[in-house]
Amino acid sequence: MPALLEIRDLSIRFGGIAALSDVSFDIEEGHVAGLIGPNGAGKTTCFNCITRLYQPTSGRLAFAGDDLLRHAPHELAGKRIARTFQNVALFDRLSTLDNVMVGYHVRYARGAARLRSDDGGRRAALEALDYLGLGEHANRPVRSLPFGTRKMVELARALVARPRLLLLDEPASGLTTAEVAALADVVKRIAADYSATIVMVEHHMQLVMNVCDHVIVLASGRKIADGPPEAVQRDKGVIEAYLGTA
Amino acid sequence: MNELAQQIVSGLATGSIYASMALALVLIYRSMGVINFAQGEMAMFSTYLAWQFAQQGMPLWIAFPLTIAIAFAGAVALERVVVRPVERAAPLTVVILCLGLLITFNGLAGWIWGYTVRTFPSPFPTTPLHIGSAAFSSQDLGIIAVSLLSLGAISLFFGKTKLGLAMRAAALYPESSRVLGVRVGWMLALGWGMAAAVGALSGLMVAPVVLLEPNMMQGILVYAFAAAVLGGIDSPVGAVVGGLALGVGLNLIGAYVPVIGTDLQLTTAFGIIIVILLFRPAGLFGRRTMRRV
Repeated sequence: MPALLEIRDLSIRFGGIAALSDVSFDIEEGHVAGLIGPNGAGKTTCFNCITRLYQPTSGRLAFAGDDLLRHAPHELAGKRIARTFQNVALFDRLSTLDNVMVGYHVRYARGAARLRSDDGGRRAALEALDYLGLGEHANRPVRSLPFGTRKMVELARALVARPRLLLLDEPASGLTTAEVAALADVVKRIAADYSATIVMVEHHMQLVMNVCDHVIVLASGRKIADGPPEAVQRDKGVIEAYLGTA
Repeated sequence: MNELAQQIVSGLATGSIYASMALALVLIYRSMGVINFAQGEMAMFSTYLAWQFAQQGMPLWIAFPLTIAIAFAGAVALERVVVRPVERAAPLTVVILCLGLLITFNGLAGWIWGYTVRTFPSPFPTTPLHIGSAAFSSQDLGIIAVSLLSLGAISLFFGKTKLGLAMRAAALYPESSRVLGVRVGWMLALGWGMAAAVGALSGLMVAPVVLLEPNMMQGILVYAFAAAVLGGIDSPVGAVVGGLALGVGLNLIGAYVPVIGTDLQLTTAFGIIIVILLFRPAGLFGRRTMRRV
């Protein structure tokens, strides 16, 4: 059976800079994978290619055998691919509940049904918030919440679409130690309860080693390692990329 | 006392015209970050269409809704075809495009219908309405009622429907909306359509008062712009409050401050707005934007 997400020879250039060069990897269905590497390695660029915000210069992206490059960005949510953003891209002026309801958008009925108020979406959004223990914040303006809570709201917004592939961009950055510990549990629970395949870009090595089945390492736009966390941790090239050559 | 009430009602009537136009400006500003300077001319053009329909013997209760529907569809098409190529361009490019549309619609209207000033049929009765000893113009009351109803409908649409939520999301944060499955381009086009529909409605309401001619909406657009800035250019509630306040304020100044009279009315109004903006730069209901650098 082919992998859920297949990336082949993915390259993207911005002017003279090659942000990704011939990157290939597979993500198996049901795995929690970590995409790691030093700053500027191309991790977020890789996410932006998968979610079609960037147009790769060359290469192939397939999700469940379907060529993603043939689809517009707004169609990916319908294929049940959801993501969070590095800097938390919530709608600041909307309530927490409305933010999460936008995530349900893709499951709206077509046509005139969109002109009705949305009880199904409201219920699904409240469920996702409760699942992450955020129910009490539903009617607060999202900008009034602390950063760590806002990151969780963004996760709820991704979850409400019941994603098959969930892309998390630095979920632990800016979180307190206690919040990171809770995040590890949340990621494992989501993988189990939602049968979601998860890919996370993350710098927090302890979190990555704790929750990931599979780790891919990028450095300067190239893949330098790919395998189970223990093997990657011992890889010479990875140690050099992070620490520099002695 | 009666005179004051009458002045306030008549101010509210002109104010609700400003409010509708200001709301149209705010709808576009929120999603594109620019003022659509063609908004007034688009409303004027729609009003001419209604006049043409009426000339051909169509009853007003068909001609007006038909005009508003055409304004909506026309603006959606205009956004998809003309505005879309510059959607991601610098704001100044979009502004120039809007100025181009202003000149185009103005010229087209003059070419098709000429520059003769024409009377426009009013949908409201001409007999005044007596409440107690005060007499209110039915036209004024009708304008207020129609404007408030349409503004209420728009606020319900944005607040309560899925499509309204998607449009708000697309205007606030296009990129993440796209990832969530919102068709941002179409939301923008719908915004243009709604703005044009509200604009057309205000054109239809004001035409019997200011009379129909290709430049009829230019003054109103200036007032609407002022109202929107006063209320906070990114706030729909602000646009409505700003419009009503401006209408009532101007009317009261004209009636009770004889030194100023009608000649300096506009100057005084703008003076007051400038003073308010000195203390609240984002407008009465606007949000100060802060950017991390």
